[in-house]
Amino acid sequence: MSQLDGDGQVVAGCTDFLPGLRRGSRIGTLVDITRIPELRGIRIEMDHWRIGATTTWTELIKHPLPKAFEGLKLAAREVGSVQIQNSGTIAGNICNASPAADGVPPLLALDAKVEVCTPAGSRVVDLEDFITGVRRIALKPGELVSAILVPSVAESTGSSFLKLGSRKYLVISIAMVSAAISVDRSGTITDARIAVGSCSPVATRMPELEKALNGRQARSVVDRLEVTVDQVASLAPIKDVRGSAEYRIHAAAELCRRAAIQAAGRATCELASTDAETAE
Amino acid sequence: MNLLRFNLNGREVKVADVPAAERLSETLRERLLRREIKVGCNAGDCGACTVLINGDPVCACLTLSHQVQQRDVATIAGQVAQGGIGARLADSFLAGAAAQCGICTPGMVVSAAGMPANGATPSETDVKDALGGVLCRCTGYRKIIDSVLHAHGVGDLPASKSGIAPPGIRMNRVDGSRKILGTDEFGDDIAPPEALVVKIVRSPYARATFTIGDLDSYVKENPGISCVLTARDIPGINRFGVFPQFVDQPVFAESETRFVGEAVAAVVGNPEFMWWFDPNGFPVSWQELPAVSNMDDALAENAAQLHDRYAGNTLCSGRVCTGDPAEALEAAEISISRSFRTSFVEHAYIEPEAGFACVKDGKLVVHACTQAPHMDRDSLLDILALPESGVVVVPTAVGGGFGSKLDLSVQPYLALAAKVTDRPVRLCYSRTESMQSTTKRHPASISLRIGASAEGKLSGLEFRGLFDTGAYSSWGPAVTSRVPVHASGPYEVRDYQAMSQAVLTNSAPSGAFRGFGVPQASAALETAIDELAQELGIDALEFRLRNCLDNGVPTVCGQVFSQGVGIRACLQALESGWTKTRTEAFELNVERESRGDPLRRGVGLAAAWYGCGNTALPNPSTIRAGIRRDGAAVLHQGAVDIGQGSNTVIAQLFVDALAIENMELELAGADTDITPDAGKTSASRQTYVSGNAARMCASSLRRQVARSLNAGEDAALSLDGGRIEVTGSGDRRSLDLASLPVNESGYVFDCQETYNPPTTPLNESGQGRPYAQFGYAAQIAVVDVDVGLGTVAAVQFIAAHDVGKIINPSLVEGQIHGGIAQGLGMALMEEFVPGVTNNLHDYLVPTIGDIPPIETILIEEPDIHGPLGAKGLGEHVLIPTAPAILNAIHHACGIRIRSLPATPSRILAALKETAIGS
Ligand SMILES: Cc1cc2nc3c(=O)[nH]c(=O)nc-3n(C[C@H](O)[C@H](O)[C@H](O)COP(=O)(O)OP(=O)(O)OC[C@H]3O[C@@H](n4cnc5c(N)ncnc54)[C@H](O)[C@@H]3O)c2cc1C
Ligand code: FES
Ligand code: FES
Repeated sequence: MSQLDGDGQVVAGCTDFLPGLRRGSRIGTLVDITRIPELRGIRIEMDHWRIGATTTWTELIKHPLPKAFEGLKLAAREVGSVQIQNSGTIAGNICNASPAADGVPPLLALDAKVEVCTPAGSRVVDLEDFITGVRRIALKPGELVSAILVPSVAESTGSSFLKLGSRKYLVISIAMVSAAISVDRSGTITDARIAVGSCSPVATRMPELEKALNGRQARSVVDRLEVTVDQVASLAPIKDVRGSAEYRIHAAAELCRRAAIQAAGRATCELASTDAETAE
Repeated sequence: MNLLRFNLNGREVKVADVPAAERLSETLRERLLRREIKVGCNAGDCGACTVLINGDPVCACLTLSHQVQQRDVATIAGQVAQGGIGARLADSFLAGAAAQCGICTPGMVVSAAGMPANGATPSETDVKDALGGVLCRCTGYRKIIDSVLHAHGVGDLPASKSGIAPPGIRMNRVDGSRKILGTDEFGDDIAPPEALVVKIVRSPYARATFTIGDLDSYVKENPGISCVLTARDIPGINRFGVFPQFVDQPVFAESETRFVGEAVAAVVGNPEFMWWFDPNGFPVSWQELPAVSNMDDALAENAAQLHDRYAGNTLCSGRVCTGDPAEALEAAEISISRSFRTSFVEHAYIEPEAGFACVKDGKLVVHACTQAPHMDRDSLLDILALPESGVVVVPTAVGGGFGSKLDLSVQPYLALAAKVTDRPVRLCYSRTESMQSTTKRHPASISLRIGASAEGKLSGLEFRGLFDTGAYSSWGPAVTSRVPVHASGPYEVRDYQAMSQAVLTNSAPSGAFRGFGVPQASAALETAIDELAQELGIDALEFRLRNCLDNGVPTVCGQVFSQGVGIRACLQALESGWTKTRTEAFELNVERESRGDPLRRGVGLAAAWYGCGNTALPNPSTIRAGIRRDGAAVLHQGAVDIGQGSNTVIAQLFVDALAIENMELELAGADTDITPDAGKTSASRQTYVSGNAARMCASSLRRQVARSLNAGEDAALSLDGGRIEVTGSGDRRSLDLASLPVNESGYVFDCQETYNPPTTPLNESGQGRPYAQFGYAAQIAVVDVDVGLGTVAAVQFIAAHDVGKIINPSLVEGQIHGGIAQGLGMALMEEFVPGVTNNLHDYLVPTIGDIPPIETILIEEPDIHGPLGAKGLGEHVLIPTAPAILNAIHHACGIRIRSLPATPSRILAALKETAIGS
């Protein structure tokens, strides 16, 4: 840790670090954290799941996590390519703080928190507060991220992830949406969480949309859901080679609609299967 | 203490003093000389560098060498040597023709070998997921998918012979194994690690003047630098270009730079120093000037002028006219006017430009990836002011070219640096440098008016195409001369006027790219033809059949072919597929609509033709061959194989014409000292032009042999233990090769022959015989459009191509697949924005997930000029793809996209517009 003061820099999978390296740029001490066992692996602790900082996307895909993590796993499968998934880590994705980081919307939809290891001990920050801007995070010199913490969620939670790009594989998102929807025994939505990425400097939740979903029957959402552009108007997309700002808003609304329908559908399936188990 | 140890292909290696930030790709290639690791981007975007670490595929370019401490690293060599799946993959990649240029192949095979082995037989989707991280620009991926599945025991590959097979028979590429194992040496694979490194200092501005500072103190302050080169160091002419009347591009800019990335200086230094080299520290000051960034600006009244010698920023223009189009359009039942735009398209071959040079026996030897070794040499002689004996160009394996490696890139810097330092030097462009500074496909701005009679016969076509040729001429003149000849498409148009104009802008030069402007023109024409057919209520295929060219029907240049016109056959071959896919699409859409599915299926069609060889210009190929005393025939074949397979095809044609049984063939590389000029690998000319020269050469060798045997020209000959015998007919005459005198080239027989296609110059109206032969094509594209998001996924292609005579089915199919993949990229995703999309992260080319099954239908309508009737193919393959896709998008959802690429953003905007309109 002491190396992290001064000119030290944490590196993990290096899939963001090396492509960003400029010729001639000064490289300080590189601190490779991928061999620290405490930072790796996924396990359940008390009231949350702990995903070690250097957990790779491939490890995440392979882990038998509960259904609520489906959205996160789908995102993991869409990160770059197998090569990138084998090296890239979940904390690296968050710390790189790209607006297009695929891991962020599903983690926001899961109310994830970031465990920061400081020279004095550790602190926990909400992911929403951790990423503060494009390539900006709430990390002081000498600190590193040790884990992502995901609070345990109701069993009847369905989640989804949809990524929009101009090609298959190896593509930076034009927009992506993740939804996590929990229902009660009657199939009523108790907690809808939807997050959109690539359409604002930092991926954000869609509180208005969530409010409109809460209290509705999940089944009726599956049958019919409209999401208007106005409902996602809080987004502030940029125009770039991947798409116009107007296009991004429309795509975001449509992706929110589809992601919510998928998550609601999965939640009702979960409900049916837990019902079946209880009945046995 | 800084000792790196790991297992490489099962053996422990130790490397000392590896810097902390060194990438594994570099350690493997430069310290351990494992050059089978290929590097295409250094950024994770291409996957060419894939290795297995503890069994998992990762990019060696994104791994710090120290991260493999005590781990197992496997490269292609290890995977194949190990036997098992690695070896099976290598075999099926060879038999399945899954490698073309081969630069991506080791990465592909390693990724496939690293596929999770969960015991289950993999599906096509599993294969795509496993290989989605490796880009291939040549093959269109389908043969790769088939080969991987086959290696896992799924599906059959068509039987393919090893050794030289007769024309028409499927055979493995002669250089296939080398490519698969990664031992084929590309531009950056030749140099020894200690060679001096050349780096280029480039303009950060589209247009600027500059002053170079105090170089002496710069060199003194940086002891790692051997020398700095600028325009002042050019001993000869600081200019190069393709056409003698248009030699206008400086090696180093002299006072003004004209595009972002133009070279102003080169720094040569030792590899340790150059590893850290930062061009920003180079002493140069810039004065940015207002730049002309597009054609509208360039043609504006007070536009800044790029070159004094080209008035009005117009490089050149072209024209073909016949009949009276204005009158015909007036008389037409209907006519439409349309405008159409396309973008810069980057070649995006996976191998960036690279090379190595040294001085050997007083001669400059330049190894580089090139499509035109003789033209390179001639340019270097002018630049360096050397006599013909002063330079030899040795082409390395070429990791994709598609037109851009016809122009000089690294060659003059390497030659000059080797000459000045008298030391071996190397230069490899970074991906960004490659994208910034080498040629592009011309963006086009096309307007056309086209009419048809009530019976559906075309009546009048006026076409005007502006082509953004960038800052220097490159192949701009080839585009302006070729486009007006082809803008009619393969149709009978009696009343026609087509004009083309190449416009200079402050962008990277636009040059040759598969099709020389014809794909752009064809996209505009074929979508308009679709509209005409629709307005007249005539089926799109039927409409094309009513208008297509035939033997005896004059082209717009007044050229009448009495034979060999194959477009009707191509269109007819699509009839059943057309009906089937259109019917299926209709039924599917009804069903989708009823269940609220946002996908819509569409089926589109387009036809194309393409003249093989240079337009109305002499275009010779010379081939030399000899027979050695030991009975081997040696083919001196200067037609560079850039992946398309000329090494294989020309050998097949040669051996067939030589027809001496049991005679082994050796290929002598395209080194300019030992091979005569077979012209450039461009204009789909190598099979046709060099193929003819090779056959002429073989025939004349055969005549010499037969004469020595007092046998007739057609006698059956065979080689048996160093003797050539006349076989059959009971005749036992024989010739002992060892008894014959050897000439100064080391041969007992040798000869050299030249073939030049019979063409004539065009007159002022563009009338004449521009090409000796055309090839023809028609393609169907089937797509799904997501009307909620504007995305398009191709579902299927059916491609009918008239190739005259199939020489090697694998290579023909490979060209078609690869062309379709590039056409799809151009249609849906590729747009080079100067200064913005400078890497393969932001510039998207199709991945393995984007290319659907392709059904190829090969038509053999022989051409009397072609070797055994064969026609060229390399460029034809992508011309119909983009318009077929655009027509399919229209069929799916009723919108016409007239600006390429048809990105989701553009498609959704068009959908919204029509929704508002209706
Ligand atoms: C070809 C390619 C395709 C890609 N595709 C995608 C994609 O589709 N979607 C996507 O979201 N991303 C994509 N990425 C980006 C990247 O792979 C991911 O963001 C990845 O998760 C980064 O993890 P890493 O371990 O490689 O990070 P590194 O490169 O090792 O680190 C990234 C940054 O985070 C810091 N850091 C890393 N770990 C910690 C820690 N524990 N504590 C504090 N700081 C830390 C590093 O100092 C560095 O600044 C792609 C990258 C490439 C090269
Ligand atoms: S070179 Fe490593 S991915 Fe391109
Ligand atoms: S064969 Fe794949 S890039 Fe050339």
